[in-house]
Amino acid sequence: MGTLTRDFHHPPQTAATADVAPAAASARLLRQWTWLRQHLLPWLVPLLLLSSWQLASQTGWLSSRILPEPWAVARAFWSLSVSGELFLHAKTSLWRATSGFLIGGGLGLLLGLLTGTFRVAETLLDTTLQMIRNIPALALIPLVILWFGIDESAKLFLVSVGVFFPVYLNTFHGIRSVDAGLIEMARSYGLSGWSLYRDVILPGALPSILVGVRFALGLVWVLLIVAETISAQAGIGYMTMNAREFLQTDVVLVGILLYALLGKLADVLSRRLETHWLRWHPSYQSRSKR
Amino acid sequence: MNAGIQSLYLARTELMQLKQELDQDAAQEFSGTASPPPAVSKTGTAVRLHGLEKAYQGRAILKSLHLEIDAGEFVVVIGRSGCGKSTLLRLIAGLEQADAGTLEFSAADPAIRVMFQDSRLLPWKSVLDNVALGLDGQTRLAQQALANVALADRAREWPAVLSGGQRQRVALARALVHEPALLLLDEPLGALDALTRIEMQTLIEDLWQERGFTAVLVTHDVQEAIALADRMILIEDGQITLDQRVHLPRPRQRGHAEFAALEDKILARILNRPARAPDADLGDLSLLKTVNQVTWAI
Repeated sequence: MGTLTRDFHHPPQTAATADVAPAAASARLLRQWTWLRQHLLPWLVPLLLLSSWQLASQTGWLSSRILPEPWAVARAFWSLSVSGELFLHAKTSLWRATSGFLIGGGLGLLLGLLTGTFRVAETLLDTTLQMIRNIPALALIPLVILWFGIDESAKLFLVSVGVFFPVYLNTFHGIRSVDAGLIEMARSYGLSGWSLYRDVILPGALPSILVGVRFALGLVWVLLIVAETISAQAGIGYMTMNAREFLQTDVVLVGILLYALLGKLADVLSRRLETHWLRWHPSYQSRSKR
Repeated sequence: MNAGIQSLYLARTELMQLKQELDQDAAQEFSGTASPPPAVSKTGTAVRLHGLEKAYQGRAILKSLHLEIDAGEFVVVIGRSGCGKSTLLRLIAGLEQADAGTLEFSAADPAIRVMFQDSRLLPWKSVLDNVALGLDGQTRLAQQALANVALADRAREWPAVLSGGQRQRVALARALVHEPALLLLDEPLGALDALTRIEMQTLIEDLWQERGFTAVLVTHDVQEAIALADRMILIEDGQITLDQRVHLPRPRQRGHAEFAALEDKILARILNRPARAPDADLGDLSLLKTVNQVTWAI
C-alpha cells in the first residue's frame, strides 16, 4: 500500500523527461538483440556441433578413419578447388542433373498435359504409366547397364526416368483439378482452343505442376548419387567413390557437402520460380509482403 | 389448319403489343410528373423460348416452358431453390442444351454474357486483364469498363485482394465490356452483404438503362426482383406460374407503399398463403417483411 501512495505522489513529468534518452537507447538495443537472435541463433547449434567435432578429432577420441576433423575437410575442399578438380566434378554432375531433369521433366510435362487434356490419351496411356511408375528407377540399374553400357546415356536415362513421374503425375492432376467454373466462364466469354489453354488451364494447373517440379528436383540428386557410382570418369559421385578406395574420408565428406549445397541451390531456384509464377496466389502474396 | 394457327398466333402477338403499349401508358401515368423515362437505345435482343424442356437423370426440371422476352426488357426470374430457374438461365446462355423445344433470338448471333454467383475471376490475371478477357488486347476498352464500375484505380491488383462486392463489380465490367445484347445474371448478388447488394442493384440498373441491353436476372430475393424488374417471372415446379409486370417508377424506393404491397403480394403467392390487407396504420412494414423473407428462405 505504501509503495502505491508513493507512486501517486511522484510527479510523472520528471520521470518521463528523465527516461526519454535511455528509453530510445534501450529500444535500439532491443531491436539489435532481436536482429541478432533471428539471424545468428539458427547457426548456434551447427557451430557447437562443429566445434565439438573438431575437439573430439583433435583429442584423438574420433579416428580420422571414421570422420576426419572439420579442418581437414576444409583443407581438402581448398586443395580440390585450387587444382580445379572440384570444379570439373561439380560441372559434370550439374550438367547430368540439368539435362536429366530437362529430358525427364519435359517428357513428364508433355505427357501429363496430353493425358490431362484428352480423355482418349488418358485411357490409352495412364494404366501403362501407372504400372511403370511403381517400379523403382534404381531397380532398373542392371537392365540399364545392359542397354546403354556404362556410358553417359545410362546415367541420363536413370535420372530422367526418376524425374518423369513426379512431374507427370502432378501435371495430370493439376490439369484435372482446374476449376470447371472458370473454364465454363472462359468458354462463354469466347475463349477456346489455345487461348483457353494459355489463359485458364495452364495457369490453373501451374501450382500443382510446380509441386511436381520441386519433388523432381529433390529426386535428381538422389538418383545422380547412385548413377554416378556406376563406373564414371567424372562427377561428384565418382569423386567420392574414388576417395573411398583410398580411404580419403575428407574428400568423401567434401562430396557429400557438395551434394547438399547443389540440392539447396536447386531448392532455392524452384522457390524463386514459385514466388514469381504464383505471385497472384494469396499465400505467396502474404509471403512476399513479409 | 396450319394457317388458322398462324393467324391465331399473329392475333396473339398483336394483342401482346397492344397490352404492352397500354402497360407503358400506365407506367407513364403512374410516374406522373416524375423524371421522364430515359431514352433507351434498343441494342438488346428479344428472346423467345418455346416448349423448352430439360431433365436431369430422369427428373424433369423444366416442363414445356414458354416465354417471350422483349428487346431491352429487364426480366427477373424468381422461385424457390431447385425450381429450375438457374437451369433456365443456363439454357438461354447456351451453357447447356435443352432436351426439347426451341430457343430463338431476334438478333442474329447476339452477344450473350453471363454473370455468375461467384465472380469467377481468373486469380492469376490482374483486375484489368480479367476485364480484357477475350478482347484481343483492347485494354483501353477494359479500362473504360472498369471506370464505369468505379474500380479504375484497382486495375493492376490481383482479384484475391478485392472484397466480394468489388469482385462482382469487376465481373460486371467484364460482362459489359463486350457490349452484350443479352446479359444473364445468375444470382450475382446472393453472396453480398445487404448494403453492397443495394449498391450493386443500383449500378446494374443504371448501366442497363444506359446501354439498353436485355437483362435476365435470377434471384430468390423478392425485394431485389421488384427493385429491378420490368417483369417478374415466377417458376414453380418447372413451369411459369406467374408473369407480373412492375410499373413502379425507377429508381424504385423500397419504402414506397406500392413497393411493399407488391412484395407482400408476391411473397404471399410464393408461400401459398393469403396476402395481408394493406394496412396504412401499421406504418413500418419492413420488419414483418424481413420475417417473411426469412421464413421463405428457410
